Amino acid sequence: MPFRLRCFILFAASMGAAGAALADGHHGTRVPLLPAYQQECSSCHVAYPPGMLPAASWQRLMHNLPRHFGTDASLDAATVQQLSAWLTANAGSERRVSEAPPQDRITRSAWFVRKHDEVPAAVWKRAAVKSPSNCAACHTRADQGDFDEDYVRIPR
Amino acid sequence: MHPNTPYRFPLLSCAALALACGLPAAAQGAAPAELLAGYTAEAGAPASPERGRQFFTTRHGHEWSCSSCHGDLPTQTGKHAATGKPIRPLAPAFNPERFSDAAKSEKWFRRNCNDVVGRACTPAEKADVLSWLMTLKP
Repeated sequence: MPFRLRCFILFAASMGAAGAALADGHHGTRVPLLPAYQQECSSCHVAYPPGMLPAASWQRLMHNLPRHFGTDASLDAATVQQLSAWLTANAGSERRVSEAPPQDRITRSAWFVRKHDEVPAAVWKRAAVKSPSNCAACHTRADQGDFDEDYVRIPR
Repeated sequence: MHPNTPYRFPLLSCAALALACGLPAAAQGAAPAELLAGYTAEAGAPASPERGRQFFTTRHGHEWSCSSCHGDLPTQTGKHAATGKPIRPLAPAFNPERFSDAAKSEKWFRRNCNDVVGRACTPAEKADVLSWLMTLKP
């Protein structure tokens, strides 16, 4: 009964997602993404790892989804609540992320700017990149929450 | 799991499971047509694919049209106008997931109409756009 098996796996995955964090040498901890977060947020952009922003930033973003960086990203109240709780629980707590970046933009965080200081300004403007928020343009495993330098391929 | 469960009603059991698991009813091929019928009934007038095409491809006093992200002909992969993320085809014949889940369709109409038109779309506008999308075939 493959359908039932699939249901079970889905259920198990959703229960397990909030659990253990994976170790990741370069970025402290890597938290498995909550399926609902992945599903809702990755329609428009990479499902950014929750550890990239402090809890205060996530809370502001989740309160403001109808005006989300110039677009309406509104969700039903129950989903907002679910995602907020998970983001807050898994928000960045290390010193480098503890301060909310300007406009709660990951790309304006001091650590983000520092880590990308070797990237020439022209690269960001390439059609295949377009925006610093387009992680997956260069981080080929961004959709899996893997930002390791080994998997960076800057498009021409 | 019940090893003795009879296999006489596999479709019914699949549908029940899909509901129970909250899976999108992607397998229901009639969904876009049902959705269109609902919007058309609400509008109280027949849908016009040509009006839908115009609505989709032109701007409505705001920065973006529907085409800005979905492309002029949404049979191909589009590109999010702000983030650059690829957007899979919107025409249901090219992406069976599209308009297969009424709640999801409503969610995206709500958001995108707000971005493109600055208000909710009317049932007639939704019917027009959907009827045009349904005319796009491989």
